[in-house]
Amino acid sequence: MDQFALLVAATLNSGTVLAFAALGLLINERAGVVNLGAEGIMLVAAIAGFATAVHTGSDTLAFAAGAVAGAMLAAVFGVLVIWLNTNQYATGLALSLFGAGFSAFVGIRYTQEKLGEQHTFHIPVLGDIPFVGPALFRQHPLVYVAIGLTIAIAWFLYRSRAGLVLRAVGESPESAHALGYPVRRIRLAALVVGGALCGIAGVYVSVVYTHLWVEGMTAGKGWIALALTTFATWRPARVLLGAYLFGGVTMLQLQLQGEGVQVSSQFLTMLPYLATILVLVLISRNASFIRANMPASIGKPFFPG
Amino acid sequence: MTRLSKRSFVQLAGWGSLAALAVLSGCSKEEKTTTTTAPAGTTTTTTTTATTTMAAASAPAAAAAPAAAASGPLKIAFAYVGPVGDGGWTFAHDNARKAVEKHFGAKVQTSFVENVPEAADAERVFRDMASQGNKLIFGTTFGYMEPMLKVAGDTPDVKFEHATGYKQAPNMRTYDSRTYEGAYMAGVIAGGMTKTNTLGVVGSVPIPEVVRNINSFTMGAQSVNPKVKTKVVWVNKWFDPPNETAAAQSLINGGADVLMQNTDSSAVLQTAGKAGKYAFGWDSDMTAYAPNAHLASAIINWVPYYVNAVQDALDGTWKGGGHTWWGVKEGAIDIVSISDKVPADIKTKVEGVKAGLKDGSFVIWKGPITSNDGKEMLAAGTNADDKFMSGINFFVKGVEGKVPGGDKK
Repeated sequence: MDQFALLVAATLNSGTVLAFAALGLLINERAGVVNLGAEGIMLVAAIAGFATAVHTGSDTLAFAAGAVAGAMLAAVFGVLVIWLNTNQYATGLALSLFGAGFSAFVGIRYTQEKLGEQHTFHIPVLGDIPFVGPALFRQHPLVYVAIGLTIAIAWFLYRSRAGLVLRAVGESPESAHALGYPVRRIRLAALVVGGALCGIAGVYVSVVYTHLWVEGMTAGKGWIALALTTFATWRPARVLLGAYLFGGVTMLQLQLQGEGVQVSSQFLTMLPYLATILVLVLISRNASFIRANMPASIGKPFFPG
Repeated sequence: MTRLSKRSFVQLAGWGSLAALAVLSGCSKEEKTTTTTAPAGTTTTTTTTATTTMAAASAPAAAAAPAAAASGPLKIAFAYVGPVGDGGWTFAHDNARKAVEKHFGAKVQTSFVENVPEAADAERVFRDMASQGNKLIFGTTFGYMEPMLKVAGDTPDVKFEHATGYKQAPNMRTYDSRTYEGAYMAGVIAGGMTKTNTLGVVGSVPIPEVVRNINSFTMGAQSVNPKVKTKVVWVNKWFDPPNETAAAQSLINGGADVLMQNTDSSAVLQTAGKAGKYAFGWDSDMTAYAPNAHLASAIINWVPYYVNAVQDALDGTWKGGGHTWWGVKEGAIDIVSISDKVPADIKTKVEGVKAGLKDGSFVIWKGPITSNDGKEMLAAGTNADDKFMSGINFFVKGVEGKVPGGDKK
């Protein structure tokens, strides 16, 4: 039972990275912009956050620095694809390559730096409940923020006027434009928010999860987050579910190996990807549901009249 | 019309800045390889000698070779697979390069290129090194084997040293270190420190070298605590800190209280630190990453071999085609920074093992050795030879699970 509690705890921890990045990308894509640069943004934010944590010793400042770095990169991307109408996919790929190279370059002197001892988090009273406590209530605060954020984004998209406008921009920018909404500025705002969330995900990897910086350390998490938003049919709750599912199966396969289960470890390594795709495809197999949720103008440039 | 041209101009600007972005990202990588190569002070002289010697190599007259040797310091180049700041494998190699420079002073001139991928790029790097007049070239990862072999065939006057490989040529030899001796000594400490009698190892890629280390670690632990069992989790990569962290966490969840890793980062050690468990440093001294969790570091010291190889080259006694496998005896492997938490009797035991390995009175892989499915792999009283050692694809008794793909051979 304790084992299971620890597995749940580890799942929430490793799923949080994906949740932040994928929610950020969801906001982008709901506004009609695909940002393939997520991986690069995460890496740059990871080093920005790590360097800040090394120099100031503050996790809060580290996350702020990472979010700002992510937002700035996303803004540059935004200016390129929204105002200069460069190809979103090519620009995104360039951003991703740039981020990987740039973070490695500025991060050289941080590869051997170490952060101070890490705090352990423990919610009073709730954290002491047997089983439930160790499983759910001894996590980094951002784990709960991710859950709150999912609810907030769902509310924003489906219950608020601003969210409706954002979705309109992603569905039919021409109509939104005709109604007098500043399509380009709304897209830029969505990109900046999304970039900041990807940045937080990057800092979570370097400062909270592994506690070190090495080049290329996000190891494809940005790409997984991109796939996740699509497979989750751009619905916030499904994104969160997919993130935990991926994190959970990753942890489960490692745990199975540790238990000496006689399955080849290469197969087990593949399992999280397979399981996540399978489950998300199954829950979204309704084609009309996908059509209803997919932003109609995703990836398309917008030329105001 | 004007509007259209304005738009196309803007578009052009967009594509231009995109290209600039791409070039910039390419540059930041390129820069690392170029800025860290040899100081370019002697380029003119060395390139001329290089061209003459290369011409000489294709022509039957071999008179140019000694002339090149007399013209200046011996130029030595190193190709690394990772950044010198990885704190582990490449860091250890670069320390040895610095030691070579210090030891030989003006007689040698060294340079290195870091982050050389184990792919077609490596061949280009080796050709560059040879054409820049380097006469001794070290390649420090297994994946350089084929590219080095190819370049060695084309430049017979350059000496090649390849780490951890098994293919040789008249001007190329291989070297390795007995990392399993460090793993064994770490195992002795782990056996003395575990309370749950469960050890955990984060394995990188299931090749004989890594399997041998896991086995040796377990055997070391069993030598002081026969009840010990070892759990193994593979991440199937040499370097993937988030996954190494997750793997370490899952081992801790499974009850392991002393961890070991055969991966290249300090992630496992730091995860152990966070969870209040113990772990070891690997390849380089990692004490500083998690002082409370760190029990000791099993380190590789490439200095003795590198100094020896350079000396051979300077003396003209360098011979290709051999394989050198050094361990504690030659000072290539050591266990350092043993924590104060380790009880004195365990420390004495480790010192005893080290002394025994040094004078040859103690052999780690000595029969009887049984695999964890009960088969006798090494008969009682026999010592494993290097051929046996380099083909280990089974777990010894006490390790849980099976080597992935181990039943194929």
